[in-house]
Amino acid sequence: MDELTSVYVQESREQLAEMESGLLRLEQDPDDADNINAIFRAAHTIKGGSGVIECHFIEQFTHRVENLLDALRNGDIAVSGKLATLLLECCDHMGSLIDILACGQTELDTNVIERGETLTQRLQDALAVMPTGMNMTVQDDTVEVETSGGGVVNTDSWHISIRFGQNVLRGGTDPLSFIRYLGSLGEIIGIETVTDAIPAAAEMDPESCYLGFEIRLQTRAGKADIERVFDFVRDECELRILPPQSKVADYLHLIQELPEDTMRLGEMLVRCGALTQSELDESLLSQSTILKQETASNISPLGEILVDKKVVQKEIVDAAVVKQTQVNEKKARDAQLVRVQADKLDQLIDLVGELVIAGASANLLALKSGESTLVEATSILSRLVEDIRDSALRLRMVQIGDTFNRFHRVVRDVAKDLGKEIELSISGAETELDKTVVEKIGDPLMHLVRNSLDHGIEAAETRLERGKPLCGRVSLNAYHDSGSIVIEVADDGGGLNREKIRAKAIERELIPSDASLNDNEIINLIFEPGFSTVDQVSNLSGRGVGMDVVRRNITALRGSVEVASVEGEGSTFTIRLPLTLAIIDGFLVGIDKASYVIPLDSVVECIEHRNLAGDRNFLNLRGEALPFIRLRELFEVEGAPPARESIVVVQFGGQRAGIVVDQLMGEFQTVIKPLGRMFANLRGIGGSTILGSGEVALILDVAALVQSVRQQEERKTLPQHLAQ
Amino acid sequence: MTNSQRLSLTDDLTIYHALEQKTALLDALANSDELELDLMQVGAIDTAGLQLLVLLKKEAQRAGKRVHIDAHSQAVRSAIEFCNLATELGDPLVIPAAESAG
Repeated sequence: MDELTSVYVQESREQLAEMESGLLRLEQDPDDADNINAIFRAAHTIKGGSGVIECHFIEQFTHRVENLLDALRNGDIAVSGKLATLLLECCDHMGSLIDILACGQTELDTNVIERGETLTQRLQDALAVMPTGMNMTVQDDTVEVETSGGGVVNTDSWHISIRFGQNVLRGGTDPLSFIRYLGSLGEIIGIETVTDAIPAAAEMDPESCYLGFEIRLQTRAGKADIERVFDFVRDECELRILPPQSKVADYLHLIQELPEDTMRLGEMLVRCGALTQSELDESLLSQSTILKQETASNISPLGEILVDKKVVQKEIVDAAVVKQTQVNEKKARDAQLVRVQADKLDQLIDLVGELVIAGASANLLALKSGESTLVEATSILSRLVEDIRDSALRLRMVQIGDTFNRFHRVVRDVAKDLGKEIELSISGAETELDKTVVEKIGDPLMHLVRNSLDHGIEAAETRLERGKPLCGRVSLNAYHDSGSIVIEVADDGGGLNREKIRAKAIERELIPSDASLNDNEIINLIFEPGFSTVDQVSNLSGRGVGMDVVRRNITALRGSVEVASVEGEGSTFTIRLPLTLAIIDGFLVGIDKASYVIPLDSVVECIEHRNLAGDRNFLNLRGEALPFIRLRELFEVEGAPPARESIVVVQFGGQRAGIVVDQLMGEFQTVIKPLGRMFANLRGIGGSTILGSGEVALILDVAALVQSVRQQEERKTLPQHLAQ
Repeated sequence: MTNSQRLSLTDDLTIYHALEQKTALLDALANSDELELDLMQVGAIDTAGLQLLVLLKKEAQRAGKRVHIDAHSQAVRSAIEFCNLATELGDPLVIPAAESAG
């Protein structure tokens, strides 16, 4: 796929997304003229571009969609749910046509062609309800050719006269493709190429366009349709259109307006069938007579032509102004964005990571040297490196809003399929997270949302019985919390039925029939592989392969997913994901000779530890019970602990715990280097890093530690637990 | 004795090659009294290409020389026919036996 096509594909996909969101808005707000215009412009841009790259199947289909949209924006047909659904389906079809183009295929498969034809038929049916009037722009490919024994009746044809501007070729367009496209509106029954403007060889610039055309076109399309064919070059060309049944006098005016020699033009018009030779001769003769007569009067026919021309020019000017504003708006928008290849960004972040490590080592050496000016210089350097690090990481952050917004369409379609009324509310769309995380969180989110739609929200009657509002509510929320991003998927449906879950788990032999589980444990059973309480497997979900895959995908992102639910009222799924994957601020601690890093975001405070003897694993922190874990024991470090130990209080997911360490060594920026696959199942360790001194320090996985502390508290059997 | 030259174009007659092709065509014309142009291998042609052919014909006329295009590829032929330039360019558009058999 060449570069032009790949740019077209990318931009068309963006236009399609705009079109889709516009169509979704259309139902809520049918009178919003700006919205309708925006939808039309999106389709029009896609069509125009397809003409430039000469992709006919996209051009044809989009043209038909455009006709319907045109009727919509002219107020000839009304907005309705059915219409919006049809247009959304057309949007999807255009999307698959663009995908086909992107693959390099030039031929369409039969099922694609069929789908196109069904949609086209529905589009034409939708247009058929329009009152027939001057503005009818129904495009009909089958043009009826009336013959009177010896050929086509030419007075039924449009006459199009165009002189392309000199820079048209440099602008990336080819006049021939416009003319060919014009031909697709009907049938070109005569064409004359005007080559008069080509200068002598010395002055001729091979990259300038000197050609013009006089064309006879038979079509049922209207003047606006014909003009639209040339939209992309209109302000650089001279376009004149004479409708069918124009008088000879109109053609005379045309001849007079055009730059070429009258005789030559007359010949051309006769050749292409606009006039007969005798008509031409007669009128030229009478014209010269009239001219002689009218030099006496004040109004000259040319004067009239000019006035007419002014009016025509105004239309052209208006169109050009609108187009110019659009182009400017697009330029302004584009100027705010820069397209960067993802791997270039990754390279930058790797370099920044190396910079952080090198900076740390410089810092360390400066401190050792004791020279104060050097220490100051390196600390300024460190601060700058920190800033660069933050900026670089922010480059990879994208708002989750785009992902969330995709769900409007999903909710709409699924709700319609299920016959339920469901509305989606989104909050925290500006919350940012890393680009790779955003890409990978889409599927799990989709599954959770579909679950809520399918199983969570009850059928309309059930909801009314329960005294709930008829319209079910699914909400997506995102926010930052202590170094993580939290995404909540909530619904106000029936909640998780504990009894059903328990029964199914026993049936699937996941738990023994006499097991006593607390509430939390029961609802977490839904994450077991193969688990599903749905009686009927529906198209959307219920095959029992869902929730455990969701959990696995999220864990792969170093995140966690939990569920909370109240029977009869609804459920909330909470996903936590780490904000940064690459570089973190850490807090360095020491056990014996080894160093460990605790992510700074999770550190709350540090306290001195006074003689915590015995087996008790919690202490009284300002009236609160704080469970703690001894890293020495956790990592089975030999030797005796020093007299004075410290406790770092960390927090994760609203839970606090203490980590007992030998020494506190202060804040420390670090680049996370992943451990090899061999160490992937190490609980409690989330990566490693290289210190300024060259030593390796392990990064503690605070989430795992906090969780294990919590479980420890519940079961009070330390070694067994950590061995899991 | 007329100096006759034959020139075969193999690149596409499109804007991408237009600059070089203009020079090549005009040079060939300058170096001979009669130029035979073979466009059988021209894969694609656009407006810029058509313009060059018209220019060549006009220059030949101005200089009192002759140019004929005696072989056209399918693409060239269909572009000339579409624009109705056959008469202006003046050469017979022959469909080679191989093509018409296909």
